[in-house]
Amino acid sequence: MMKRDQCFRALARHVNDEVVVATYSSAVDWLELGERALNYFSVGAMGLDSSHALGLALGRPEKRVICLQGDGSLLMNLGSLVTIAAAAPKNLVHFVVQNGTYEANGSHPIPNTGVEFAAMARAAGYAHVHEFSELANFEQQAGHILQQDGPVFATLHVERSKPLTYDYANLYDAARRAALKAALRER
Amino acid sequence: MDADLIAAEDDQVELKGSTIIAAIKASGVEFILSVPDIVTSGGLLRPIARDPAFKLVRVCKEDECIGIASGLSYCDRRALTLIQYTGFLDSINAIRGVAIEYRQPICMMIGLLGHDPSTAPRNSPRYGVRIIEPILDAMGIPHHLINAEADVAKIRPAIDDAYATSHPLALLIGRRPSGA
Repeated sequence: MMKRDQCFRALARHVNDEVVVATYSSAVDWLELGERALNYFSVGAMGLDSSHALGLALGRPEKRVICLQGDGSLLMNLGSLVTIAAAAPKNLVHFVVQNGTYEANGSHPIPNTGVEFAAMARAAGYAHVHEFSELANFEQQAGHILQQDGPVFATLHVERSKPLTYDYANLYDAARRAALKAALRER
Repeated sequence: MDADLIAAEDDQVELKGSTIIAAIKASGVEFILSVPDIVTSGGLLRPIARDPAFKLVRVCKEDECIGIASGLSYCDRRALTLIQYTGFLDSINAIRGVAIEYRQPICMMIGLLGHDPSTAPRNSPRYGVRIIEPILDAMGIPHHLINAEADVAKIRPAIDDAYATSHPLALLIGRRPSGA
């Protein structure tokens, strides 16, 4: 099975001026790949990352928005799948990183570790839906997925990567939000 | 008669939906994010849904609006969350995390279902209505009661201020706006 940080490294090779929305464990692993002003870390209200991403995608339809959401987070906001599919932003690519746990809260299991998010996204009406369990396959497809007309959904089936340190003060830093806003005004 | 059942046409004091919508437009709001609320359904949401000046995003649950409005604000696009007070109560953590701790200009128009417009909301016999203003006060969220035509003038400056200084705002709709 894949690891989250491996998937993110594969994805990062194709990320340039896209806005990346990430939360909790996904945010920590994404940030390890480097600082960028166009990161949007939505810690503080779990589950809203997909909604933040929708707002960004609607606000900047010419700019691609990538959401890196955990499975526990998406479970808290399943309705957002339907809302996103109905709003149908062509520039939104929505990944759910499925490791079956609330990793940031003690790695307790989600209520049903076998839940099929890709099937839910397909039923909700996403334009393209993918599912990956093999890293080589994801590495091959990542660039293609980011080019598709959205809303695009992809489940990344991963194991826990490694014990993480959650520096919430850093993720929460107001300077990050100011930098994002400035970057969006520039580009 | 139960206050829930008072139709706008039975109310002696008219609050026009059209003047509220004009104020929303004048404040530069482009996106309306909503779960339907019977207080604002006929006078606001239906005409907004037909109005090409607005982009209406229908959401499944009210807290989604808080995230969407936040994302839009980073793009300098203004949004108004149009919900019932029950949805506000359900969204408290999102409002706490995003609107207050992240200091985002989340503007909410909240229908007070079951409110008797002849009384002050905090004196309402309805528990759910009675607690709204004290909760907003406890959270430090500026709020205004829109209960009559004269109150509509509060809308634009309140929204402008929310975006100028990046703070949340609650506009409480105290009676059903008419379709006029």
